[in-house]
Amino acid sequence: MLRVEEKQEVNFSADLLNKFGDIVGRYPDGKQKSALLPILHEVQAVYGWVSPEAMDKVAEFLDIQAIEVYEVATFYTMFFLRPQGKFVLEICRTGPCNIVGAEKIADYIGEKLGVKEGEVTADGLFSYRGVECLAACGYAPVLQIGPEYTFHENLTKESVDQLIEDLKRKN
Amino acid sequence: MADKIKVTIDGIPIEVDPGTSILNAARQIGGDIVPPAMCYYSKLEGSGGKCRTCLVKVSKGSEKDPRPMPKLIASCRTNVMDGMEVQNITSPEVVEARKGVVEMLLINHPLDCPICDQAGECHLQDLAYEHGAEATRYEFDRRTFEKIDIGDKIQLHMTRCILCYRCVYVADQITENRVHGILGRGDHAEISTYIQKAVDNDFSGNVIDVCPVGALTDKTFRFKNRVWFTKPVEAHRDCPTCSGKVTLWYKGEEVLRVTARKDEFGEAEEFICNTCRFDKKATNDWVIEGPRKVSRQSVINSNHYEELQPAAVVKTNLTLQAANKEEFERATKL
Amino acid sequence: MGRKLLLEHINVPGINTLKVYREKGGYKAVEKAIKTMSTDDVVEEVKKSGLRGRGGAGFPTGMKWSFLAKPEGVARYLVCNADESEPGTFKDRYLMTHIPHALIEGMIVASYALGANTSYIYVRGEMMPQIRILEKAIEEAKAAGFLGQNILGSGYDLELYVQPGGGAYICGEETALLESLEGKRGNPRIKPPFPAIAGLYGCPTVVNNVESIAAVVPIINDGGEEYAKIGIGRSTGTKLISASGNINKPGVYEIELGVTVEDFIYSDEYCGGIANGKKLKAVVAGGSSVPILPANLILNTVNGEKRLMSYESLSDGGFETGSMLGSGGFIAYDEDQCIVRNTWNFARFYHHESCGQCSPCREGTGWMEKVLHRLEYGHGKMSDMDLLVDVAKKIEGNTICPLGDAAAWPVASAIRHFRDEFDWHVSNPQLAVEQNYGLAHYADPLPVLAEV
Repeated sequence: MLRVEEKQEVNFSADLLNKFGDIVGRYPDGKQKSALLPILHEVQAVYGWVSPEAMDKVAEFLDIQAIEVYEVATFYTMFFLRPQGKFVLEICRTGPCNIVGAEKIADYIGEKLGVKEGEVTADGLFSYRGVECLAACGYAPVLQIGPEYTFHENLTKESVDQLIEDLKRKN
Repeated sequence: MADKIKVTIDGIPIEVDPGTSILNAARQIGGDIVPPAMCYYSKLEGSGGKCRTCLVKVSKGSEKDPRPMPKLIASCRTNVMDGMEVQNITSPEVVEARKGVVEMLLINHPLDCPICDQAGECHLQDLAYEHGAEATRYEFDRRTFEKIDIGDKIQLHMTRCILCYRCVYVADQITENRVHGILGRGDHAEISTYIQKAVDNDFSGNVIDVCPVGALTDKTFRFKNRVWFTKPVEAHRDCPTCSGKVTLWYKGEEVLRVTARKDEFGEAEEFICNTCRFDKKATNDWVIEGPRKVSRQSVINSNHYEELQPAAVVKTNLTLQAANKEEFERATKL
Repeated sequence: MGRKLLLEHINVPGINTLKVYREKGGYKAVEKAIKTMSTDDVVEEVKKSGLRGRGGAGFPTGMKWSFLAKPEGVARYLVCNADESEPGTFKDRYLMTHIPHALIEGMIVASYALGANTSYIYVRGEMMPQIRILEKAIEEAKAAGFLGQNILGSGYDLELYVQPGGGAYICGEETALLESLEGKRGNPRIKPPFPAIAGLYGCPTVVNNVESIAAVVPIINDGGEEYAKIGIGRSTGTKLISASGNINKPGVYEIELGVTVEDFIYSDEYCGGIANGKKLKAVVAGGSSVPILPANLILNTVNGEKRLMSYESLSDGGFETGSMLGSGGFIAYDEDQCIVRNTWNFARFYHHESCGQCSPCREGTGWMEKVLHRLEYGHGKMSDMDLLVDVAKKIEGNTICPLGDAAAWPVASAIRHFRDEFDWHVSNPQLAVEQNYGLAHYADPLPVLAEV
């Protein structure tokens, strides 16, 4: 059982609820549960993670049971069940990325940020984790950053330095 | 009714209704050729197909299309076809595959049978005994979880779970809402409520009866006694919520626990309510019908045998057979 | 130069917009199909083309379409499988990024052929940029009258939506994809019933890979027979190959099925040879699931013939000495790569991605991963190799979906072909952590088969 200490006040904005409504409109009547994954992505884009409170609200919106949302959110690896850094660097570590040095890049990122995989930097800006194949093997090693999942390809130590600088500035 | 169709399982022919699964056809024949089932539960729609212990070989697809099926198939979720021929224990391939499945089911199971309430009526225990190898080749740490209480009467010990999904189907199909489910995926998937919640409704206790292992146990019975020391007795009461037909498990004068009545395949005949299960533990709550015959080939019936059932090794050895018969008569006389 | 049917205009600036796409002949297939062909004609044309599913299994697409049940009054669905996650495969990402309208056009023609009025493109959630690209392309197509009500005045209606996944390789399995599209956990369904009978929302459904659907466009434009002239034998048409690993020019290449593997690796038209002047050690030819082959066996079949990039040639020799075309994820390994480490890496992937429904896959993938990890880090035993082969055998074929097979094959094949490297890891545990086994004799010429 997950023990989530962090509590979150969740009130979906009218904008977000409109988005939810549009998404539900894609499916036949009574099949609104289909909207669950797209809606969870929207929630995560706004809140940075999917808290139990947010999931309960989503369940209410879709008129399904809360456990159905928990089951889905824990099955798919893209949904963060705990608060993360503002920028989560997700580095592919599978096969083709690995044979051209993904592991070293991941280690370097950890070193550079001064955190272990899954931890958040003190300023709350960064965390990183290894993920499985991102289907960009020809441009390996690669990493992605949510919520729009921009890709950064052919990584080198230098390009990682640059990327982290850029993100800091962007903030 | 549509015409019956003919299927042959391990050389034994039987005629069944169309739409019958191979497993249920085998159950109609009965005996050794019935494939074991850890996840399938005939009273729970959609169950089955997951544990893979009921794999069988279809050596002839049907009269119309006699080609054999290329892979072993889950007998619980495959329907019979007219003229189908199935091999279960007569196929070395099936026996070998099943041994593999048993090994897989056991690599992360704690084997804490000596302190597990389910021991003696555990389907995994039976399965391992009947179809498994005597030693494991797994040399790594086993997966463990903390025990949690889901409600004040049920304990979930996820470490023992084999992820059969039966309890999820019970909550979906016979209770009004479901608060527990399968979280996570792969070998770290777990049955859970995600955040601490009590599973609380009139029929929640049935998850205990459908659980094939000791993952969901009755807290009112916890560590009270070994099941094989208790005497099953059929009883009923006039219950406003359920049928009130149960099995009482006695030790001496005391009712230690109440369960649904289970058939020879370990399935509840009728699901019972929590009041009957947890709150009615006095003999005068019940109308006693008589002793419950426990027909499964497990430890539990060793104290309750009514006929001679020698072990397999004895079956072919006349001397042992005679000795066994003598012992049996002596034991039953005592 | 081989013919290009899908990527012909890939380098035209602005080809991702409807305007430029139309200038290059785009949406002619929609016009031709909807205005001049019956739905059966379209299916027939695809059948004639011999097109085989490009997602990995290679099942004939036209045949799949013809299996679709058509009960009165029940909706039918076309779902495009864009959950591209097979390690080594990135062709669909490439296609969707650069020519999204090829997919949209294919979706319209295919939906028309199948009588679907609502179709979904299920894209893996990590491809959010591609989702945005497709959504924009759909908007453009709708504004131009190729989608929506009464398309081109034909009375045919079609709505097309993009659905994001959530990060699960298993959703590339078609029934898991449908479950996911219904907002559930991606647990594959037990078949039968097949999606053609009861798929999305219990309705008849066809699930096709991105590339298969895009290939429908040239098939309709030029005719199935023309398409079938390209390629070799039952491997008709062109195929997108995702090339990665230690090669000079990684990327997506459109090949006519039937070019030699040697040409594909070494010619400048394709991979341009092995990077940094190294030698080729091994190849995974069709995505991580297919058996890995040492250099000598990927270049030539065991009979000494040149191996071709085709469904048949790559599987020549069965699992003993062959592999599979799969999804076309071509990963090349040079002499510095460690096969044990790579096998462990793949095993970790499958362990991570197993949905956990069936016990052999749920428990077996984790077990294999642990044993391989132990071997890679110098704690292995000589008996581990037999154990791995046996565990792989116990998983293979005994699960609901093919993920079990996909997890078993890479392990079994690596031990089959590279056993001495595994043995070396056990007998030289310290050395194995510090350095690699190297090329050994894996690229040596194949021994000539004894004359019978």
